[in-house]
Amino acid sequence: MSKVDLSVNIGSLKLRNPILLASGTVGYGNEISEFSDLNKLGAIVTKSLSLKPRKGNPPQRIVETPAGMLNAIGLANVGVDEFLKEKIPFLKKYDVPLICNIAASSVEEYVECTRILTSEETIKAFEINVSCPNVKDGGLQFGNDIKAVGNVTAKVRAVTNKPVIIKLSPNVSYIFEFAQVVKDSGGDAVSAINTLVGTSFNIFTKKPKIFNINGGLSGPAIKPVALAKVLEISRKVDIPIIGIGGIMNWKDVIEFMIVGASAVQIGTLNFIDPTAPEKIIKELEDYCIANKVEKLSNLTASYII
Amino acid sequence: MFIVNSPIVETKQVHENIFIQKIHSPEVAQSAKPGQFLNIRVSENTFPLLRRPFSVCDVEGENIYLMFNILGEGTKMLARKNNGETIDILGPLGNGFNLDGKYETAIIIAGGLGAAPFPFVTRAIKNKKNILTFVGGRTEQDVVTYGLENYVLSSDDGSVGFKGNVVQSLEQDLERINISKSKVFACGPNAMLRALKDFCIKNDLDCEVSTECAMACGFGICQGCPIESTQQSDKYLLVCKDGPVFNVKDIVI
Ligand SMILES: Cc1cc2nc3c(=O)[nH]c(=O)nc-3n(C[C@H](O)[C@H](O)[C@H](O)COP(=O)(O)OP(=O)(O)OC[C@H]3O[C@@H](n4cnc5c(N)ncnc54)[C@H](O)[C@@H]3O)c2cc1C
Ligand SMILES: Cc1cc2nc3c(=O)[nH]c(=O)nc-3n(C[C@H](O)[C@H](O)[C@H](O)COP(=O)(O)O)c2cc1C
Ligand code: FES
Repeated sequence: MSKVDLSVNIGSLKLRNPILLASGTVGYGNEISEFSDLNKLGAIVTKSLSLKPRKGNPPQRIVETPAGMLNAIGLANVGVDEFLKEKIPFLKKYDVPLICNIAASSVEEYVECTRILTSEETIKAFEINVSCPNVKDGGLQFGNDIKAVGNVTAKVRAVTNKPVIIKLSPNVSYIFEFAQVVKDSGGDAVSAINTLVGTSFNIFTKKPKIFNINGGLSGPAIKPVALAKVLEISRKVDIPIIGIGGIMNWKDVIEFMIVGASAVQIGTLNFIDPTAPEKIIKELEDYCIANKVEKLSNLTASYII
Repeated sequence: MFIVNSPIVETKQVHENIFIQKIHSPEVAQSAKPGQFLNIRVSENTFPLLRRPFSVCDVEGENIYLMFNILGEGTKMLARKNNGETIDILGPLGNGFNLDGKYETAIIIAGGLGAAPFPFVTRAIKNKKNILTFVGGRTEQDVVTYGLENYVLSSDDGSVGFKGNVVQSLEQDLERINISKSKVFACGPNAMLRALKDFCIKNDLDCEVSTECAMACGFGICQGCPIESTQQSDKYLLVCKDGPVFNVKDIVI
């Protein structure tokens, strides 16, 4: 038993701690389980799943940038059917809540994926990715269109009783408006943020370094942006927020919670140190003890402005 | 697979821009196979952010060796580390070369820094198989022979050895080779691997190549390192997990 209470709630979803692993940065759990005890984590968010398998973009898919990286994976994934057949059995062996992230090119596809997956009891919630910058069809268009985000939320809500979390794009002027429409359409929570659109060129060949030209920027470079977006939502909309963006250590987690996050997701850090999430959980506990924080969730939105 | 902090024992400059680094890492030394790689964190802070992949160049007792040239900031930082300083190693990663089998002669083809995995390969098989090694580079400076034995040299500009690329050099020597009893192991730039693939398919030579791709994780979670498969057109293979060594027939180079 933990000496302090690290548990958090995201709507009706109860998690043992606020450390989630972000979509696209844990595969389907197998590889990271070699480094980390999945049972210790708050939850795992799967790579974005689409109805049919997606091959993804050709190389080069990744380039490093100052304090960050750009990726244009193009939502490569095994598709819903193979996920259920080949990937879920492994994840079932663990006592860790599984959140399925869904990406699609149409509202119908989002609904269909959710409908198929909702009967699988291992899946505890859905995270709807309306914000991936790396696909030409869908993705950004949804994430930039308030009506579309409201529509997707309502339609997905209608086919599942499980919590529906909408993962928001930072590539908009006022993210709180999107959080508001999610709430009004029956969504349970929002994740903020997905990657920022970025690019990188080779100065000698004058060509883009990534095949897709643009990629999604992640890592420590985006943390201040992510914090500002979480704070904006927190100040204006009464909805649970999962903070994401550039978390590298326990201090970053606390900072996200203070500006309004109920939980956080760790992304790029998993590539650099797949043992870090487990370490961070232990360090959060130490922080609570040292600072006499009895319940970590009391930090959520405790900002003083 | 381990994540270990391992101390650097020695860094030696063996060529104009090429370094050999000896690292004390018993866990990795014990489990690494020829052709596998390590993903190394060259800095403790966020610059550079990602790990850097390097082949296991050689293993001797509890020590491992890396061979690298200075390309950018990461390799510069690695080369500047003092003896006794530790580096954070994730590995061994990927599949190594398949060195067992019925072949009698291993033909090693190394282009430039593609020589990196072959000291380990040579050490692993030299008592069991004949080895013929072809080493090539653009000019004399790029021809790396560290840890190799009985090699034939070539350079594009003719500054050393055969004038031409390493595949042409192999072609010249083809009459020395019993094709049905040989297997090729290669590492080098893509243009070389492409030419080698054509050559091996044409001459019915079994061939494994070590490939490269920009990587973020090195162990299969980021999907950042795709390589086209000849067997399945609907999905990519991953260089880090399915490779970096592939049978040349299985990939599109
Ligand atoms: C499986 C594998 C094994 C490798 N083994 C060796 C080795 O044994 N010795 C060695 O010297 N190098 C090896 N490399 C290449 C090595 O990883 C790069 O040289 C290194 O990442 C460059 O880091 P940097 O910070 O110095 O350069 P950066 O500043 O990151 O980059 C400088 C230049 O190098 C290019 N580059 C970046 N990453 C790679 C990469 N993964 N492959 C090729 N070019 C890259 C960049 O596009 C850029 O043009 C290997 C790569 C892979 C994928
Ligand atoms: C290589 C890579 C792949 C990603 N794939 C997905 C994905 O499939 N679906 C999704 O919703 N987010 C995806 N993301 C975004 C992350 O989940 C996260 O929102 C983002 O990386 C910011 O967090 P970080 O800075 O901690 O990495 C991906 C990120 C990276 C780096
Ligand atoms: S480098 Fe991450 S999957 Fe290969």
